[in-house]
Amino acid sequence: MAEAAQKTQKTTQKTTDAHDRWRPGGRRRPGGTARPGAAVSARVRVLTALALLVPLIAVIVVLPFFTDAATTTVDYDAVRQAPSPGHPFGTDDSGRDVLVRAAAGARVSLMVALACALIATVLGTLVGAASGAAGGVVDSVVMRLVDGFNAVPHLLLGILIVALYRGSLIAVIASVALTHWTTVARIVRAEVLSLRSRPYIDAAISGGASRLTVLTRHLLPAVAPQSALAVVLLLPHAVWHETALSFLGLGLPPHLPSLGTMVADSRDDVLLGAWWTIAAPAGVLIAVTLAVAGLSGWWRDRLVPRRRSELAL
Amino acid sequence: MSTTDDTTGGTTGGTTGGTTGGTTGGTTTVATAADGTTAPPVRKDASPSRLRLAVLMAARRLAIAIPLLGVVSGLVFVLGAASPFDPVHQYYGTRIFTAAEADVARTRAELGLDDPVWQQYGHWLGGVFGGDWGTSRSFGQPVGEVIAERLPWTMLLAGTGLTLAVVIALSLGVWSAWRQGGWIDRFVVTLAHSLEGLPTFLLGLGAIAVFAVALPLLPAGGVSDASGEGGPLSTVQHLALPALVLAISQLPWLILTVRQQLLVGLGDDHVAAARARGLPERTIVLRHGLPTALLPFVTTVGTRLPELVTGVVLVEEVFSWPGVAGAMVKAGLNVDFPLLVALTLLATAAVLIGNLCADVAVLLIDPRVTADG
Repeated sequence: MAEAAQKTQKTTQKTTDAHDRWRPGGRRRPGGTARPGAAVSARVRVLTALALLVPLIAVIVVLPFFTDAATTTVDYDAVRQAPSPGHPFGTDDSGRDVLVRAAAGARVSLMVALACALIATVLGTLVGAASGAAGGVVDSVVMRLVDGFNAVPHLLLGILIVALYRGSLIAVIASVALTHWTTVARIVRAEVLSLRSRPYIDAAISGGASRLTVLTRHLLPAVAPQSALAVVLLLPHAVWHETALSFLGLGLPPHLPSLGTMVADSRDDVLLGAWWTIAAPAGVLIAVTLAVAGLSGWWRDRLVPRRRSELAL
Repeated sequence: MSTTDDTTGGTTGGTTGGTTGGTTGGTTTVATAADGTTAPPVRKDASPSRLRLAVLMAARRLAIAIPLLGVVSGLVFVLGAASPFDPVHQYYGTRIFTAAEADVARTRAELGLDDPVWQQYGHWLGGVFGGDWGTSRSFGQPVGEVIAERLPWTMLLAGTGLTLAVVIALSLGVWSAWRQGGWIDRFVVTLAHSLEGLPTFLLGLGAIAVFAVALPLLPAGGVSDASGEGGPLSTVQHLALPALVLAISQLPWLILTVRQQLLVGLGDDHVAAARARGLPERTIVLRHGLPTALLPFVTTVGTRLPELVTGVVLVEEVFSWPGVAGAMVKAGLNVDFPLLVALTLLATAAVLIGNLCADVAVLLIDPRVTADG
């Protein structure tokens, strides 16, 4: 019975396909509508991202409790050893365990990225909401400043800040956060502008609510989901930025292992045939950014069905 | 500086002839009338006044850009003054521990380090207007010389990379929009999303590992052979890998934009009309759908310039390319303040000029766009 139903479904599917093929351009749907099976492939994507991310985070969090090898444990008798049961990912040029270091590096990179994304989002939300709610001259001046600030290339400003305040964790966080709040500010301002004309805001104003009350009680809660999304969307970008700075030698202080520093340090090892010293940090970095980007993309598609080009950083 | 932003304020509606834009005056957006156009665009007799519009827009932008550069440089000086880093320590190196107090004090006075920030800034600004950008400590050369020597290489790399990226993005984007939902489309979109998450420096290292080490086809870095001679062919060989990596790092966003804009454009009424007339699919997509979709794309390329600069920094570092972006990294490592300031301003100016060029181009070729800002 079920088989028969499936069969009829299949045949109808086929006839529509044939029907579409006959009509010129018939296979094309209007922009923004999902193709059949989009929900399934989205679910597959999310599950893949989770399947990557959950074990990775589990390893990152749990590993320190199971091994007594620290990131600073140096063993010059075991330099550049290939992966073995003792060192599953091998050892680097100072005999440090690559797995332990990569896990610590991923932990540091993720924490730094989370801090950057949070600070950038809070800053951007406040500026954007205030600017949008104020309107008029204030709004146009602030948005002009935001646009101008955006014209300074992010990485260069980051290099400048980190160079002047060398070797401090705060400088790295600041350099990433200070260069990324502008996108959030623009999204939040656009959102506030569209919310301002809603009846419930008018009702609040005519009920005697002050500007500040409208902003804090009505506008900020309404843009909160967008801001929360922005944190997640900024996350892979912040990981990317921090590792890029560390790769250039301008990132985290030396005692904090970063995936970027590990990649930079092991560039030459590849020529010596020690591929594992670069494989682990590079693999973890790619897996983390792809998985986080996949999850955040899925959330964005749910929250903002019509994909916003500005949200895709 | 965004065009696809339809919720922010901006003027929409086609300009017809001589009416100047700038009705919002407050934003720097160049609003397009891609959707929600009420007045049909008028193509005829629009060009001469549009040229004037473009000149006016350029003038307004420059009037904003120059104070902006001043503000940026001022902020950088304040940052530098607040930094715990002391240039005297760099000047003396380890000798700071043995040098006499009086000597150190005299050096500080000579370098002008005890002056207040605004005085140092004024001094620097005076030098800049006189054509003197200061001396780079890490290169031991005047800043102007360092930049003049290295800028052509960066321009070569960035120009080639951007051209490659635009060409590849256009072909792949059009192809995947044409076959929306097909396996090509799915492959291209998945590829673009995966490349988005791939750090540029890993991409560069991977390219070196594959094409320079495993299969020794192309050189791994630099711009010429060890012998120092080679000519244009050798330069092209050295350029191939870095330019390709730079192009790939810029690709994802561009491909997705082309695809998205073409898909939206193919839903337009005039495309339906073309289809109703029974034109071949090829003509419909390439002649009727693509031109309207491409115009906003020019602005998109303009807004992506800061990302291009970021890509150039990483690619130059990975491939030991002797350009200004590599110099920026070296200056950062050595806290070479004059060079850092000059290069930050140079990049900002380049981005502003690039944005302006893109917006002027769109204004000149797209009658639906209004000029403001």
